[in-house]
Amino acid sequence: MRKFLTSTFAAALLAVAIPAAAEEGPALERQNWSWHGPFGQYDKAQLRRGFQVFREICSNCHSMKLVAYRNLGDLGFTEDEIKAIAAEKQVQDGPNDQGDMYARPARPSDRFVPPFPNDQAARVASNGALPPDLSLMTKARVGGPDYVYGILTGFKDTPPEGVTIPDGMYYNTAFPGHQIAMPPPVNDDQVTYADGTKATKEQISKDAVAFLNWAAEPELDQRHSLGVKTLIFVFVMTILFYALKRKIWARLH
Amino acid sequence: MSGQKFDNKIVQWVDERLPIFSVLKESAVDYPTPKNLNYWWNFGSLAGFMLVVMILTGIFLAMNYAANTAIAFGVVEHIMRDVNYGWLLRYLHMNGASFFFICVYIHIFRGLYYGSYKAPRELLWALGLLIYLVMMGTAFMGYVLPWGQMSFWGATVITNLFSAIPVVGDYIVTLLWGGFSVDNPTLNRFYALHYLLPFVIFALVFLHLVALHTTKSNNPLGIDVTGPQDTIPFHPYYTVKDLVGIGVLLLIYLAVVFFAPNFFGEPDNYVPANPLVTPPHIVPEWYFLPFYAILRAIPDKLGGVLAMFGAIVILFFLPWIDSSKVRSAKFRPIFKQIFWIFLAVCLVLGYCGSQPPEGQIVVVGRIATAAYFLFFPLLWVLGKIEKPKPLPQSISAPVLKGASAGHAAQKMEKA
Repeated sequence: MRKFLTSTFAAALLAVAIPAAAEEGPALERQNWSWHGPFGQYDKAQLRRGFQVFREICSNCHSMKLVAYRNLGDLGFTEDEIKAIAAEKQVQDGPNDQGDMYARPARPSDRFVPPFPNDQAARVASNGALPPDLSLMTKARVGGPDYVYGILTGFKDTPPEGVTIPDGMYYNTAFPGHQIAMPPPVNDDQVTYADGTKATKEQISKDAVAFLNWAAEPELDQRHSLGVKTLIFVFVMTILFYALKRKIWARLH
Repeated sequence: MSGQKFDNKIVQWVDERLPIFSVLKESAVDYPTPKNLNYWWNFGSLAGFMLVVMILTGIFLAMNYAANTAIAFGVVEHIMRDVNYGWLLRYLHMNGASFFFICVYIHIFRGLYYGSYKAPRELLWALGLLIYLVMMGTAFMGYVLPWGQMSFWGATVITNLFSAIPVVGDYIVTLLWGGFSVDNPTLNRFYALHYLLPFVIFALVFLHLVALHTTKSNNPLGIDVTGPQDTIPFHPYYTVKDLVGIGVLLLIYLAVVFFAPNFFGEPDNYVPANPLVTPPHIVPEWYFLPFYAILRAIPDKLGGVLAMFGAIVILFFLPWIDSSKVRSAKFRPIFKQIFWIFLAVCLVLGYCGSQPPEGQIVVVGRIATAAYFLFFPLLWVLGKIEKPKPLPQSISAPVLKGASAGHAAQKMEKA
């Protein structure tokens, strides 16, 4: 029986392990994200740098429709700062008393204003390809943050021999099929960080991914800290139940 | 039922008119339970616990959800981002489904190993399978509600199975969809049924318990209870043992909820449903994978659908297929081996179901499907030729001697 147990267990392990390996594209390099593990939390300074990257680079083409300006409070921005950030964008509102629609500066309660009014406009401006919404990007791809980091840093100026890339497409090692319509978005020193962090290509990419992960899982900090407390509680409770069980069952012997 | 005396006058007054206290005392306190149940017997109560967790979290999720294809995806994200502890409710519910199935699968295989489906527990077994069937329907429809890519395409693939039925198939599919594709009417009816079916499960669980308390629990030795010396009252012995089980289950379940909430999920379901873009691999949730593998193993659509449903239907006939009178695998050396092979076959089927049907996976899937169905005639033959080990006289006999049941059986075999 033990033999069968081991064989079934091995089969179960295989079932879990193989799909990951069988995925298309090269193996993604696992990065040391600050939020990994039960005690992992976001690095707020990194999130703010990532927001800067998003604001200056990503948001020129990509929307982030599920995140509101008020959510930036999580990153440590004050209310006035958030108001100022929101007010840079215009949103359509109305109708007013006259029955007219009008434009007004965005408020903290508004969701991030997308760069294009609709998908068609986004396609026209982006060479026919639709830049996906980034709200859930790190949750919506196999590999999560490592995959997005792989995309940002996986561009090659010249594709490997025998591979031809059509005009308007780029070679990327992490992208399934390796043909991506997004031009390489980050270069060294493309942003200037206020906190003095050196803006290498890798640093910019990491910060951007951290921000995207926060956008996809804004509850993560709270989830992790509540989780640790809850599990300690349940662990002690289970031990007490077990001790009680031993004591009650002792009556039978 | 009546005849119980309660010290409290009000309790006594109520009980004479509506015997809720008598029934509770009889079936949850005094209920005579075999004294030798091992921890595999915990999974029934654990499944019941998960059902309650699912209904409770589900009710509060329903207060914030809206079944409309234009907003369903956004509304689920609204729960995740804006509703107080909405993320916790949703992750509890989403992973709760997986843990409900884990408990039920272990519960079913426990019943298989210890022969709990044999006379007089045939209806108990059948009711359990009915619960499992309704669970599958409920889980499938629940998976459609977030209206992500896998929701949409999973619903499209699974509902399309019914089009394999000759003559009326297409009409049935149109009826299921409420239109000519998976669309808003589909989402609406799935939501209504997803809210209704858990209460059907609840009613079936009640009947399952009535049947259980009529035939009484099986036990690891698979022999009948011979008298009061073989049993102990359910409370406090098994209530406290069930609490230990709930503690351990919570540890694992909550660790997943808090630290790996999307472990069982598909990343594609965080992409809003798009009827114009088909995901590269459409896979159902993990608990359907063995049946998905059987479906794809048969190179004919109707044949595949029949085999898939047949794989479940045949389980209803298990009490009559298995010709051995001995229940527990403990005393059936060959059956014990075959049981583990069968379990391995189910796991291999699950693995095949998770893979794109190409190359060797197809071959492995077909062999495993054949092995799955071969298990049943084999069981029938086995009952005729297998020589079981001698059974102990009673549950308490080996326990009283201070030796474990296995030892007692071995001694008797030598004698």
